[in-house]
Amino acid sequence: MLDADSLSKPMFVPPSEAVARPLFDRVHEWIVTVDHKKLGLMYVTYGIFFLVVGGIEATIMRIQLAIPNNHFVSPQVFNQLFTMHGTTMIFFSAMPIVFGIAVYLIPLMIGARDMAFPRLNAWGFWMSALGGVVLYFSVVGGSGLYGAGGAPDVGWFAYAPLTAPAFSVGHSTDYWILGIFLSGFGSIATAVNIITTVLCMRCPGMTLNRMPLLVWLNTIAAGLVLVAVSPLTAAQIMLLIDRYLGGHFFDTQAGGSATIWMHFFWIFGHPEVYILVLPAFAILSEVIPVFSRKPIFGYSIMVAATLAIGFISLGVWAHHMFTIGMTSYANAFFVASTGAIAVPTGIKIFNWLGTMWGGKIIFKVPMLFCIGAVCQMLIGGLTGIMLSVAPFDWQLGNSYFVVAHFHYIILGVIVFALFGGIYYWYPKITGRILSEKLGRWHFWLFFIGFHLTFDFMHVPGLLGMPRRIYTYEASRGWGFWNLIVTLGVAVQGIAILIWVVNVVRSHFKGEIAGNDPWDAWTLEWSTTSPPLHYNFAEIPVVHSRRPLWDLKHPEDPDWKYE
Amino acid sequence: MVSEPGMAALVMFAGASNAFAATAGSMRAALASEPAIPNIFAPSSTPADSIYHLSVFVLSVCAAIFIVVFSLIVYALIRFRRRADDDGSEPPQIYGSNQVELAWTVIPVLIIVVLFLASARVIHAVEDAEMPAGTTEVVAIGHQFWWEFRYPQQGFVTANELHVPVSDPQHPTPTHITLMSADTDHSFWVPKLAGKVDLIPNRVNNMWIDPHDTGVYVGQCAQYCGTQHAKMLLRVVVDSPQDYEKWLANEKQPPQLDAVANGRRIFESTACVNCHTVAGTNAHGTFGPDLTHLMSRATIAAGAADNTKENLRLWIKSPDAIKPGCLMPAMQLTEPEIDAVTAYLLTLH
Amino acid sequence: MPLTHHLRGKVGMWCLIAAESSIFTIFVVAYLYYAGKSISGPTPREVLDVPIFISISLFSSSFTIVMAEKAIHRGNTKLFAGWWLATIVLGLIFVLGTAREWYALIYEHGLTISSSLFGTTFYSLVGLHLSHVLVGLTMLTIVLIFTFLGDVQQEHAERLGVLSLYWHFVDAVWVVVLSVVYFIAR
Repeated sequence: MLDADSLSKPMFVPPSEAVARPLFDRVHEWIVTVDHKKLGLMYVTYGIFFLVVGGIEATIMRIQLAIPNNHFVSPQVFNQLFTMHGTTMIFFSAMPIVFGIAVYLIPLMIGARDMAFPRLNAWGFWMSALGGVVLYFSVVGGSGLYGAGGAPDVGWFAYAPLTAPAFSVGHSTDYWILGIFLSGFGSIATAVNIITTVLCMRCPGMTLNRMPLLVWLNTIAAGLVLVAVSPLTAAQIMLLIDRYLGGHFFDTQAGGSATIWMHFFWIFGHPEVYILVLPAFAILSEVIPVFSRKPIFGYSIMVAATLAIGFISLGVWAHHMFTIGMTSYANAFFVASTGAIAVPTGIKIFNWLGTMWGGKIIFKVPMLFCIGAVCQMLIGGLTGIMLSVAPFDWQLGNSYFVVAHFHYIILGVIVFALFGGIYYWYPKITGRILSEKLGRWHFWLFFIGFHLTFDFMHVPGLLGMPRRIYTYEASRGWGFWNLIVTLGVAVQGIAILIWVVNVVRSHFKGEIAGNDPWDAWTLEWSTTSPPLHYNFAEIPVVHSRRPLWDLKHPEDPDWKYE
Repeated sequence: MVSEPGMAALVMFAGASNAFAATAGSMRAALASEPAIPNIFAPSSTPADSIYHLSVFVLSVCAAIFIVVFSLIVYALIRFRRRADDDGSEPPQIYGSNQVELAWTVIPVLIIVVLFLASARVIHAVEDAEMPAGTTEVVAIGHQFWWEFRYPQQGFVTANELHVPVSDPQHPTPTHITLMSADTDHSFWVPKLAGKVDLIPNRVNNMWIDPHDTGVYVGQCAQYCGTQHAKMLLRVVVDSPQDYEKWLANEKQPPQLDAVANGRRIFESTACVNCHTVAGTNAHGTFGPDLTHLMSRATIAAGAADNTKENLRLWIKSPDAIKPGCLMPAMQLTEPEIDAVTAYLLTLH
Repeated sequence: MPLTHHLRGKVGMWCLIAAESSIFTIFVVAYLYYAGKSISGPTPREVLDVPIFISISLFSSSFTIVMAEKAIHRGNTKLFAGWWLATIVLGLIFVLGTAREWYALIYEHGLTISSSLFGTTFYSLVGLHLSHVLVGLTMLTIVLIFTFLGDVQQEHAERLGVLSLYWHFVDAVWVVVLSVVYFIAR
């Protein structure tokens, strides 16, 4: 039962692996599991593995670009690298990590024992995983294995007609299509699962108005997945029809249109970035209140703003296409819609600020990462506003300014928030707390490396450096800036190593966490660390947005004020 | 009257705006003497100018927003940190404030409206501009990995280096460029002259430039188009009216062919003519650049190498040595044959 | 009112319907965008006849499946089997009729997926719908087999409701495809 007694008696339950069981049995358990916690961990581990792979791809590219006219890799390999880097990071790193956190935490936060469809949960994970395997098979497939094809080199958005059989000979583009296609089914399955779980499985007393913001934001993101991933699936079916059945969807020789691929892709592509960032915002909305010792400022407004972002994000896609020669009216429309989405996003930043304001801010590692994410969201959001001004985008679009902008959001906001979330929930997942000391080293090194790389990356864009070039002329004046950008990568790499050491070491030697190491207020902290297999001994009953606050402060419960 | 916080905001805004204009201006001054360094803050043509002025405005607004919000964040982090001697009590549990939410909704909306109006004005001015009589017409066709430039008014074709007349702001003589593609997507980007516009197959796009100063302006393809996208460079040579007339006259002439008959014979009887055109001869291929006035260009292979005898020879012998992955095959000629063809090409002024 | 545990199936199916609608929308957009832009080959007006009979079959199958649902709700498994079988038969009529139409289009009019923009967009859109009909028929048939084996009982009514929701969706998509292909863009 969820009462003050159970809170004051934390239990540490050793994980089942502590009992000696054969390795085969333990592995088998993970392979056939339908437990949302295990699946969540598998998703996150898979995503982190590909984060490292994508990082290596980026490092190789940065070495190539550190000086002009470098010969570290050939143009063919470089073009494969940026294609694989983008595709890997978006589809096989960020999305799995985001889904993993959602699938792990949502049932715990709503007082449920598992997701609505546990087997579908497993199917979704394995489909996503299969997609990554198919994509990376292309690296070894090459021309060796019966000419199966090499890694794709058409860019992560694979513009037509570069992907037509005439220009993309062999099967490399097909790996790009199939890898994403398969994982797309996994994404849609998980989105269906998240929405159904949230709508149908909340514990008694938990109205939609009392759900943690993490649950709200992940649900809205799941809604976006349903509506926005499908256009990519459709476009990929069309591309396969073009490549294998002689179709003409994107065949400009037969009257087809190259721009319609762009429209379909970006109708997916722009909501996709919100699918990635809303879960990051979700983490910020959970961690910042706890480490400011105040509830989130403006809960209802945060929900409304997120809904607004979700809807508007479906109408801004052509700001990726300002340079294709649309009419001035079309361009102006997308300037307006993109500007509109800046408003609810700004509101969120202000609400996090409002949460910290008047609080008692505790600068533990989860909070450090979240503060970094908020500041970087401010800057990245502002460069986004600059890019939304179409004429400015006519200069800066497709240049390193854009690359700097989106890495600011993906790395500076999403990855920072993810690290914050990992430091925050690692104790819940494993029963041990990550080292504060190593965590600070990790944070500051990563912060410095991130800014070295991505602050200075804006400059070559302003000086005319386009993206996706394997080298550049020395006379352009870009060499100095590119060198600094590359140096920052080294610093980030060290930070990541420190983090990996922290994760492994703390698993064995970290301080025991107990149920609620951070004195937090949502339901996951009411159960054991790690949670029992069935999550809760009894299904809790809640009366407010912060059920544990109510228990710890019976003289001043939230339900009096909400 | 304007209140004190308002004054402070205005001063900050003006300061930021000046700071940005100054920074942009100093970047411009420092780099103005370096034509080879592109720079969106050193415009030399009306479209780039309009974008530059709009961008200074937008940067100032964004800088002001950043300063205000970041200062508040830093202030909050310092003022509201948990002190070492904290008693462990919880601070007042504030849930929100409708007035504050309204304020920080309305102000951003107003800012966005202003930015939208400023953008719409420039979009219209650039995209919907009327071209005056006397506009030079150029048709640019993108190829993997080179630029074809046709001058329909004069009836000739050249490649990779675009010559346009300088334009006097009092009596503008702009150049209108029609953009098409023969294969995949490309993008024409010379930052000092204009924003980029894409070249998309089965689609006709338009742009215009009216360069105010003579000189050479560099740029390159800005839409990934395949293996050698990085080496699809652009040179726009802005000539004075006299120089431009001279260049036009030269282009319209058939090539001055020397008695380098052997080289010409090899050129015209091997596969060279399948891809290249030399006006006035039986070389009519259009897959590769037009070579009629090859020696009037400063670079070869769309900027991949300087136009010297050694580079020309190397290019014919082994194009992959200069631009790996480009579509010109090595012609498998013998050394004497390559010498002869090089000598022939050197005469194509 | 919070939706309860037993509504998971329906909620999940509605989510799937949302995603599928999105896919179909893109194919419809492509169809409309390319209408009239083919540079060769037969035009829709020349080769397309409104498929009245098979459309009526498919729409009727929505009626029969509702009757089947009502029957199983009351526990009448025999009546359920009858209506369910009728649904499958009507669906099969749709499939066979489409096959006949396509045979004529390919062999008599030379319209294939590669012959023109019209061919590509027509076979893709109608084919995508057809594939969903086939998946639906497969599921319906599996249920029919279980019914004949005596495994389907009154307590399965809700689950069957989820499947019939899918079937109604397939029908609704045909309303759109029929209107766009055979009327609006003809």
